[in-house]
Amino acid sequence: MPSAEPSTELNADRLRRAAFKERLALFGLCSPALMLVTVIVVVPAAWLFWLSFVGQAGVLSLENYQRMLDNSAYATIFWLTVKVAFLTTAVCVLAGYPLAYFLSQIPAKVANVCMIAVLVPFWTSLLVRTYAWLILLQRHGLVNDLGMGLGLWHEPLTLVNNLGGTLVGMSHIMLPFLVLPVYGAMKAIDRDYPRAAAGLGASPVDVFLKVFFPLSLPGLFAGMLIVFIMCLGFYVTPAILGGGKIILVSMGIATNIQLFVNWGAASALGVVLFGLTLLILFGASFVMRVDQMFDRGHAQ
Amino acid sequence: MTEKKKAAAVPIAIEGLTKRYGAAVALDHIDLDVRSGEFLTLLGPSGSGKTTLLMALAGFVRPDSGSLKFGGVETVCAPPHKRDVGMVFQSYALFPHMSVAENIGFPLRLRKVPRDEIARRVQEALDTVELAGYGARGVAQLSGGQRQRVALARAIVFDPGILLMDEPLSALDKKLREHMQVELRRLHEKLGMTTVYVTHDQREALSMSDRIAVIHRGRVMQIGTPGELYEQPANRFVADFIGESAFLPIEVRDGVACYAGRPLRLQAGADACKDKLLMLRPERLSVMTGEADADMNVFRGTVSSLAYHGDSYLLQVALDGGASISVRGVCYGHASACMPGKGDAITLGMHREDTVLVADA
Repeated sequence: MPSAEPSTELNADRLRRAAFKERLALFGLCSPALMLVTVIVVVPAAWLFWLSFVGQAGVLSLENYQRMLDNSAYATIFWLTVKVAFLTTAVCVLAGYPLAYFLSQIPAKVANVCMIAVLVPFWTSLLVRTYAWLILLQRHGLVNDLGMGLGLWHEPLTLVNNLGGTLVGMSHIMLPFLVLPVYGAMKAIDRDYPRAAAGLGASPVDVFLKVFFPLSLPGLFAGMLIVFIMCLGFYVTPAILGGGKIILVSMGIATNIQLFVNWGAASALGVVLFGLTLLILFGASFVMRVDQMFDRGHAQ
Repeated sequence: MTEKKKAAAVPIAIEGLTKRYGAAVALDHIDLDVRSGEFLTLLGPSGSGKTTLLMALAGFVRPDSGSLKFGGVETVCAPPHKRDVGMVFQSYALFPHMSVAENIGFPLRLRKVPRDEIARRVQEALDTVELAGYGARGVAQLSGGQRQRVALARAIVFDPGILLMDEPLSALDKKLREHMQVELRRLHEKLGMTTVYVTHDQREALSMSDRIAVIHRGRVMQIGTPGELYEQPANRFVADFIGESAFLPIEVRDGVACYAGRPLRLQAGADACKDKLLMLRPERLSVMTGEADADMNVFRGTVSSLAYHGDSYLLQVALDGGASISVRGVCYGHASACMPGKGDAITLGMHREDTVLVADA
């Protein structure tokens, strides 16, 4: 802001005004986006937040939250949601970390082609991919037909409409969210670090455990966090591949609206899920300190 | 400062070492012996293969063929972690997730050295590189020169028989670089390990090395002491790369080398002047005022430009023979008045001992 009393320094006021104008212009540039976010995110979210405190009678009440405490089915839903998110993250780490490692070690040209293989499914419709899994895994789907045709098993296995099928589908859809940040972190590791470690006497296993892996951790944490949090609110895939047996919070919300037309109850579930997510993010921020240790004293 | 015993230095014998990248030959049958305890510099322009050679010594590049012996033991197939070689990288490659002390202790931890001994030896290494008290710091908190010292401490802490350095000073500013050159040389004398040092900086090579191997297109052009390389370059490439030089074509008349029709006075025993060039170093030429004596070769020309450098001046002289050469003179306060001016006709002299013919290669 231009100060009230003119400065005695040469041109100080004009320069300060110019700086202020520049900031105003920058703010003006992002105002359409801000307005859009306000209208389609902030206002509806605030309204839903408000609704969660309105009971069926139309007056302020905590009954929507009370119901969650009274009915043990809700606790089960929340527990299952966290469990599915955790397991999906674990599967993604086990499949994605080695994949990212492989991609980071091969020549860039080949890696770019392989990256397309990671990204193409990423760009394909979620619904298409989910139904594709249904076709593959169903009772007389490709996997069962192949397995029985080869004589590996004789009765059709239940591969879908259960936790296993849900995890397969969710992990497949979440995998790129893990691979991309891990790959990025690995590519950023200077080639001289593993070399230096080897030169100093580290066997290939030591090079990985003591140098490469610790340096890739920030990317791994970021990827895990993205996958875990996205899984907490996942709806389409678990709804289709879970076959009604895997009820997550997102489905609880949908049921409350579609079946019971109870916006208050649905909003309360949403608020609790949101709170849970914030809690996890807060907890993760402590673990994430690990990556600050890479730049000890650099930040300040 | 703690008294540090000299490490058992290991000699290196390289024979027929070859490495190709597709059609490009990075190392072309390199034969090179590095003596035990010697400070040998691999000097060459970028892309000459000097770094590839160093990487092959460290085990990061697998050659296509050839032999590499450390202390008489064939090592060409050994993986890097079994070579017991200390290496200082151009980027320093200090692990960002470890403190200074952890970085230096890393090779000792891998060798399962007891904890208290690690602490003692890390301390000792920090003392050696004059960074006592920096152990607990993070790598990011260090200046470029300090990182360089930590990288050095890490490379010597486990008493390797061989120390490899890949342009370790190239990231430092000029003053610090010159200081570290002296420092590295002092350390080498103290620790006595066989050292192979890569640089493209000829001044650095001249001032630090016991011997220099000039590498060009994957081959050793010449190996010798700094003096030998400067005074008696094997060919035009070496002469051009080390020091500044102009090269003049000579003709041979009745077995005598001549430039512009004048016979040249050469060093006693100078033979075979066929296909050779006359090398003119700017500082070996002097502006003649009086009569030339019998040991001087004389060149006449015109001053085409003059640059004043404070401590010296540099003339560009167009010789009567057509070539353009540089001449460096020292500025004395009292002599500046007689510095030649642009357009002046001058006579240049070069002593016969300084008159060197080099092969045109």
